[in-house]
Amino acid sequence: MQPLMTSDQIQSAVEKLADQIAAVFRRDQLDFANLALVGIRRRGELLAGRVGALLSEKLGHKPLLGALDITMYRDDVLRHAPITIPMGTEMDFRLDDRPVILLDDVLFTGRSVRAALDALVDFGRPRFIRLAVLFDRAGREYPIAADFVGALMDVPPHSVIQVQLKPLDAVDLVCVVPAQKQKERAAL
Amino acid sequence: MRGTGSKTEGKGRVVTSVEKIWSRPHLLSIEALSVGEILAVLDTASALKEVSTRSIKKVPALRGKVVVNLFFEDSTRTRTSFRLAAQRMSADVVDFSVSTSSVSKGESLADTARNIEAMGVDAIVIRHRSSGTADGLSRLVACSVINAGDGSHEHPTQGLLDLFTIRETFSQRGRSLSDLHIAIVGDIIHSRVARSNLWALTKMGAKVTLIGPSTMCPPSLSALGVEVTHDLDAVLPHVDVINVLRVQFERLTSAAFPSLREYSHLFGLSESRLKRCKPDVLVLHPGPMNRGLEINSAVADGPRSAILRQVTNGLAIRMAVLYLCIGAASAASGGN
Repeated sequence: MQPLMTSDQIQSAVEKLADQIAAVFRRDQLDFANLALVGIRRRGELLAGRVGALLSEKLGHKPLLGALDITMYRDDVLRHAPITIPMGTEMDFRLDDRPVILLDDVLFTGRSVRAALDALVDFGRPRFIRLAVLFDRAGREYPIAADFVGALMDVPPHSVIQVQLKPLDAVDLVCVVPAQKQKERAAL
Repeated sequence: MRGTGSKTEGKGRVVTSVEKIWSRPHLLSIEALSVGEILAVLDTASALKEVSTRSIKKVPALRGKVVVNLFFEDSTRTRTSFRLAAQRMSADVVDFSVSTSSVSKGESLADTARNIEAMGVDAIVIRHRSSGTADGLSRLVACSVINAGDGSHEHPTQGLLDLFTIRETFSQRGRSLSDLHIAIVGDIIHSRVARSNLWALTKMGAKVTLIGPSTMCPPSLSALGVEVTHDLDAVLPHVDVINVLRVQFERLTSAAFPSLREYSHLFGLSESRLKRCKPDVLVLHPGPMNRGLEINSAVADGPRSAILRQVTNGLAIRMAVLYLCIGAASAASGGN
């Protein structure tokens, strides 16, 4: 497997995200005390936890953390067998008037983010929503752009990128899944 | 995506390595389901339960889908629960009652179902007094069929919601379904709730004891791999859950017990009986209750009762079942 980001590179990308977010909140004097970091399950959720920990060091206040399950909002929810078993959203706060940063591991077609935006507004009317991603690649199908990017890379349009993050995975790694593995995954 | 639960995943999910997967267009019985399929429904319901706590109590998953409630027997809560569940998934829902339909003009079930299907529906939720009706209907129509109770055969969503309620309660105490002992008390033989519970619980490895008068709870039921007894008081101190069944006067053809007073005396769950149970025993009842007969008000409304939580969980279970069945049928036809 061809690695695109090593564990160290992921760590610096996470730090870069936290720095960018902190800088914007300071510059624009935004309401950091009410900030919520909402990660798309499952690796966006892990990213939210890591960025949140760094932000609380930088700004001296712990942001709220939420985990968003977008299964019921996806535009392909009824298209693929077997049907997805959802994990559920875990967000024990309302979003009304709250600054929200939505986090995901990879930004590719933009379809997950579209689904996530629809899901988020069912939890209230946020002050604003900004998007932070660990890995940004070309291939947008919907008009979505990230506000904070950990790493921006050119990868061939049909390649499948796999992000592994601890503790869900054994290692921190971003890599291109070989064509053979892609076929095996598609056959599952 | 397939889900495998190799570790505890929060919200009290069962620790298991069973593959959770769903590909059925119909839900006709619990007897036919695998452990993985049961877990797929429970976990989906667990994820969807949160929807009902939001200010906007809706998700768009079944937008554009049509669900028909086809009830040939009286029902208030099951019909309402299915209706609300369909609406929370953003499906359109039509209620079709026997008293207002052409069934009362002599139309056959097959004709009725085919006519409903011709209007372009995606799922029929059916309740009927005859066992096997849902199964028969699923062979007649191309849309999903969900059994909301067929005679004394099964009431799968009730069995699943009871299982969900038990799992939710005991997983918070660190206990899994397989180390629980559940008593089902009352009119077992006429009860589709008992049958669905029995399948659901035994498949998940729980110990089940059936209790009732011999006319309603014959010893032959032990062939299903459960204990059968007529002595409620002897069982009480040992069980973790008591599922009290409703005495179904509408299904009793002859006197199954000498008097209501005797039934209540021998099998009614009273406060004094509750005191002899484990202190954290869970009391379930599928409703509607005959208060003072099979259960006392103090017990039904007391701290050990999960009766209203069963109703809340029933909504989540029906949302899950509609999503999984309509989703599986839709995915199988390429997303149409």
